[in-house]
Amino acid sequence: MKPAAELVPDRAKLSIRGLEMTFRAEGKETRVLHDIDLDVREGELVCILGPSGCGKSTLLNIVGGFLTPTAGSVTIDGEPVSGPDPRRIFVFQERGVFPWLTVEGNIGFGLGRLPEAERAKRIAHYVGLVGLTGFEKAYPQELSGGMKQRVEVARALAVNPDMLYLDEPFGALDSITRLVMRSELLRIWGAERKTILFVTHDIDESVQLADRVIVMSARPATIRRVVTIDLPHPRDLSSRRYLELRDGIFEEIGLAHRI
Amino acid sequence: MSCSGLVMLLVLWSAAIALAGNTLLPSPWSVAAAIAELAQKGFLVKHVVASLFRVTWGYLMAVVVGVPLGIFLGWRRRAEMALAPLLELLRPISPLAWIPIAILWFGVGDLAAIFIIFLASILPLILTAMNAVGSVTATHWNAGRNFGLSPVDLARKVLAPAILPQLIVGLRLTLGIAWLVVVAAEMIAVNSGLGFLIIDARNAGNRYDLVVAGMVLIGLIGVGLDSAMRRLERLPAASWGYQTPVEAEAA
Repeated sequence: MKPAAELVPDRAKLSIRGLEMTFRAEGKETRVLHDIDLDVREGELVCILGPSGCGKSTLLNIVGGFLTPTAGSVTIDGEPVSGPDPRRIFVFQERGVFPWLTVEGNIGFGLGRLPEAERAKRIAHYVGLVGLTGFEKAYPQELSGGMKQRVEVARALAVNPDMLYLDEPFGALDSITRLVMRSELLRIWGAERKTILFVTHDIDESVQLADRVIVMSARPATIRRVVTIDLPHPRDLSSRRYLELRDGIFEEIGLAHRI
Repeated sequence: MSCSGLVMLLVLWSAAIALAGNTLLPSPWSVAAAIAELAQKGFLVKHVVASLFRVTWGYLMAVVVGVPLGIFLGWRRRAEMALAPLLELLRPISPLAWIPIAILWFGVGDLAAIFIIFLASILPLILTAMNAVGSVTATHWNAGRNFGLSPVDLARKVLAPAILPQLIVGLRLTLGIAWLVVVAAEMIAVNSGLGFLIIDARNAGNRYDLVVAGMVLIGLIGVGLDSAMRRLERLPAASWGYQTPVEAEAA
């Protein structure tokens, strides 16, 4: 039986049906995604969890409009996705920051059509929101990994999108910075209530952040299980329920929680 | 380059002349005197201007044609694949091999030399621009597209700034090539310029002091051109591209 990742249709912000993805290269076919059905509510934070190389990034790239699926449909607000769209911004693993622009220039990148005063106001607001005040004129190469990641999140938020797609955004950061960034993301999510799709291979990360965790199988990726994380924020990482949910996912993936 | 290296060269040069005589090489002082003689007779300015004139036109035309062509080829992969074999075939042919053809087409004169400079410059410029476009990361393209940029804005706000650092390095190295080639072209295709000065000084009376004077002038002007181009690399719009990952990490 397939896990229930579908919602009542009219409540879904994002709706994925029967999604298939097969890559063809040099006569070889690689099936990456198989029979994906998923609905995401407005304002929901959903983590897509799976092992490296399982195809979860491919899924996010299809939803983002950068790849066309072999079969199936992706609709947002009832409209099929046909390409990238400024209402839905993809946040890459800090590599998406433009090294030729300052922090200000990066955050204002999507605001070209606004009058100068409004643009400056928005930039200042988001510089503050992500805690980069004082670094407005700095170039990315002068910043740490975590700061670059915050620039990218601020650049995405500045255009006021409905949705954010985050592809292992904190994967390249050290474990302390990663924890800080997670709580920053939750704080920003609390303030702006965007619908967020968050791809990760980190079980703890998914249980700390998500309303629901979509557990993917290895390639070709299918949805193995959907885990609803019924814990209010801020979450107590040593509470019984947290550990129960986390260990449940560990077992689902077939990992013993001993090392 | 430090001055002590130059001083050492002059000392060794003088010592060698003192030991072995000046039949194999003129002394530094006679070369300096030759330069002074050229300057006094007005030949120095004449030859230097003639060489720079040819390099400027040949190089600038190559920039105007080669850089947009390379960007186009880098952008349109299919066009690149169609033209790649031709570029590969032309690449190993020294621009100097074109001298007879250049004289056949344009006669002995400035045009033939400018044509040679143009040929010598255009291939490295096409390849530089092509590779620079090819190295723009998919992430940066996608980020630009995600913000709803039109193709024109994508070229202006992502492509242009992304390729600028590599392009400037290519422009600098290619100007070096153009300066190397003009001397050779002038030995055959024209009767003015520093290359002509060298070959003429030898042919007309074995004036090796003038030959070496010409070489020294070529070296000095080459250094001047290179350092002028290096200034471009220090512009903020370009300097971000030259940091090694290690430096970036430390900062």
